Amino acid sequence: MKTWAKVLSVVLLVYTIVAGFLLDVPRLNIVNESIRALYFHVPMWFGMIALFTVSLVYSILYLNKPSFKRDAYSVEFVHAGIILNLLGLTTGMIWANYTWGSPWHGDPKQNGAAIALLIYLAYFVLRGSIENEDQKARLSAVYNIFAYAAMIPLLFIIPRMTSSMHPGNGGNPGFNMYDLDSQMRLVFYPAVIGWGLLGTWIATLRVRVRLINDKLLNLEND
Amino acid sequence: MTKIVKLIIGLVMLPAMLTAQPVEMADTMRSEGKIYVVVAILLLIFAGLIGYLIMLDRKISKIEKKLPPEG
Repeated sequence: MKTWAKVLSVVLLVYTIVAGFLLDVPRLNIVNESIRALYFHVPMWFGMIALFTVSLVYSILYLNKPSFKRDAYSVEFVHAGIILNLLGLTTGMIWANYTWGSPWHGDPKQNGAAIALLIYLAYFVLRGSIENEDQKARLSAVYNIFAYAAMIPLLFIIPRMTSSMHPGNGGNPGFNMYDLDSQMRLVFYPAVIGWGLLGTWIATLRVRVRLINDKLLNLEND
Repeated sequence: MTKIVKLIIGLVMLPAMLTAQPVEMADTMRSEGKIYVVVAILLLIFAGLIGYLIMLDRKISKIEKKLPPEG
C-alpha cells in the first residue's frame, strides 16, 4: 500500500472525528445527537464490503493462477473485514439500545449481518481443517466466492424485501440520508473512504507478515 | 426593620451576583457543552493507534529488508 493512501486515510479520519462532532446535524426525535453515530457505525459496513470485495477478487485471481501471495491477500482481507463486521455489529447494538429500545432487535439487516459474520468465520474453520497448503488455498478460495454471494442478499436484498428498522430498507423511511441531508454526506463519504483505507492498511501489514513467514520457511527448506 | 433585612440579604447575595456575570475567557474547550473535550480525547486515542500502526509498519519494513531478495 502506497504511503499517500495511508496519509489520506489518517487525514480523512481525523476530519471525520472533528467534523463528525462539530458540524450541524438534522434535529430529529428519538435519534437526537446519536445521528452522529452514522459517521462511525455505517462506515464499518462499507469498509467491510470493500475489504471482502478485495478478498473476493484475490480468490478469483488465485483460482485463475495459484500463488501464495494471492492466497495471503484473500485471507488477510477477510480477517480485516471480520474486524470491521464485529465493530459494526457491536456499535449497532449500542445505537439500537438507545433508539430502538433493545440491543438485539431481530431486525432483518441485523440478523443478516450476524449470519454473514458466521459465514465468514466458517471460512477460517475451513482453512484450519485442511493440512495441505495448496488444497487449503484452493478450497477456501472457492468457499470465499460462495461466502460473498451469500453475504450480498443477506445485507442488501432481504432487508429491503421485508420491513427493516434500518433507514432505506423496507417500508420505513426513518432518517434517510439519501434524500434528507446533504450536509451529512460531507462527513459520511470521507469517513467511508478513510475507514476502507485504514482496513486495507492493516490487512496489507498482515499480508506482509505472511509473506515474510513464507520466505523464512522456504529458506529453512533450502 | 425590613430595610435592614433587605440590606443584609443584598450584602450576602452580592458576591454571588458578581460571579454570575459572564466573564469572557479563552475557553473554546469549555464552550458548547464541552464537546471539544470529547473531540480532543478521540483525536488523541486515534493518534495513539495510528502511531502504533506506523511503528508496526516500520518494523515489518525492517524485517523485509533483512530477508534476501526474491529468487
